[in-house]
Amino acid sequence: MDLFFQQLINGLSLGSLYALIAVGYTVVYGIVQLINFAHGEIFMIGAFGAYATWMVMGQPTDWSAPLSILVLLPVMIIGGIIASVAVALLTERWAYRPLRNAPRLAPLITAIGVSVFLQEFVRLFYGYIPGFPDAKSAIPFPSVPGISGETIQVGGVLIQMTAVFTLAALVVCWVFLWYYVNRTKTGRAMVATSQDPDTARLMGINVDKVIMAAFAVGAALAAIAGVAHGLRYGNIDFKMGFLAGLKAFTAAVLGGIGNINGAVVGGLVLGVAEAMATTFIPGQFGSSAWKDVWAFVLLILVLVFRPQGLLGAKVVDRA
Amino acid sequence: MLEVKEMVVAYGRVNAVKGISFSVEQGQIVTLLGTNGAGKSTTLRSISGLLKLVSGEIWFEGERLDGQPAHKVVERGIAQSPEGRRLFRQMTVEDNLKLGAYSRKDPAGVRSDMDRVYDLFPVLGDRRTEAAGLFSGGEQQMLAIGRAMMSRPKLLMLDEPSMGLSPIMTQTIMRTIQELQSEGVTILLVEQNAQAALSLADRGYVLEVGQIMFSDTGRNLLGDDRVRRTYLGID
Repeated sequence: MDLFFQQLINGLSLGSLYALIAVGYTVVYGIVQLINFAHGEIFMIGAFGAYATWMVMGQPTDWSAPLSILVLLPVMIIGGIIASVAVALLTERWAYRPLRNAPRLAPLITAIGVSVFLQEFVRLFYGYIPGFPDAKSAIPFPSVPGISGETIQVGGVLIQMTAVFTLAALVVCWVFLWYYVNRTKTGRAMVATSQDPDTARLMGINVDKVIMAAFAVGAALAAIAGVAHGLRYGNIDFKMGFLAGLKAFTAAVLGGIGNINGAVVGGLVLGVAEAMATTFIPGQFGSSAWKDVWAFVLLILVLVFRPQGLLGAKVVDRA
Repeated sequence: MLEVKEMVVAYGRVNAVKGISFSVEQGQIVTLLGTNGAGKSTTLRSISGLLKLVSGEIWFEGERLDGQPAHKVVERGIAQSPEGRRLFRQMTVEDNLKLGAYSRKDPAGVRSDMDRVYDLFPVLGDRRTEAAGLFSGGEQQMLAIGRAMMSRPKLLMLDEPSMGLSPIMTQTIMRTIQELQSEGVTILLVEQNAQAALSLADRGYVLEVGQIMFSDTGRNLLGDDRVRRTYLGID
């Protein structure tokens, strides 16, 4: 039984990571019907931005745990958010906006191009920043005292502090998103635009701004996920966004693309399914080499039997 | 107040509006009549900035209007209640009205205008927290008009407000339009229901396949043989 709870916690924290990225896919899709395949790279940029912030702060490693958690980590997160939001807005402005009225295949292929561009850009140029390590291979992510390597024991279950951080980040972001979408003027404009862009324009809503807000919100959450990823796995690399992005996209589709709650639920379900599959499926099929197979089998099953996703009801999707 | 000059609008290569000119004076009710495909909605969507002009000009209060993005058009004082109402169906009445006031920055004024809409349409006030999609066609039309009024427009454009409504409901809507006019709102009304529209219009323009065929005062058009044959079904 302890094993079950252990894997449940592992799965939920992995799922939180997927969920934080998945929101970005779903919010942007809900408004411009674009699958932003470069979103995984925005997540990667968030991690590299946080790393850069740590470098600029003088690579602090000996801060006390409270100071690290209350100052170092938030500052790194903010640095990561600034980097990923800036890049997301640039891609929106220069890659996607010119194709706003083009056939849907054009922005989709562009997104793949942006994805490759951002990976290669980081790979080739990160090392040119004075004092920065070369990014052609993985870079060790700074450990944050009080979180990295720390665990807490609850009954027979050992919980990594990095897992606690990831889950807490998801909860905070989810509450923030709810408030943003339901209680702020820009949030309401976002819902209105996703339901009917032309009528939103007639209300006086500047749809360009709403689209930028959607990209920015998704990028900010992806950056937080980037930091969580770095803390969890201990290193970051230029292609980390590929598989994480694919999994998060799977999570968004699983939950019902266009639906924010769906992205969160889809992420958690996917994470738990992966953790459980690698533990409870016997033999070689339960080895970690197979976890991606089970994740995508789950996606296929949902697409066959419930193509609109788990929470298929439209929340942010078009009416 | 509003002047449209030689406006041409196209969907792809097909011209939907082929060089029309008309004007709306301050305080008037002006109606555009025509059958489906005559270019009435296209005209309103162009004025609102949703469609780009191929050629021609739109002037509003002495300034050029065409080329402005839609949200700027709303800020300039032009609101539209679009064809088919286009409410945000899952949102409440109140949220729909708030979105109508999106461009405004005076919360007190918005509050009082919302109360005015509820006075005008008590059924909306009674059920303000219900989703817009749950209302009847006529009630939804009231909400669509109310929502357009929430930006406190100088010019209110209504696209077929009587569509799908019973004759009694149509009368109610038309009476409301007249009330709005008496409060100083200028109205550009697109209708297929010529009888209802012409009986309150100061001026009417008859559109056919993207062109203005003729225009006159509302009263004269009601008596015009061509209008009577085509739109009123009277020989």
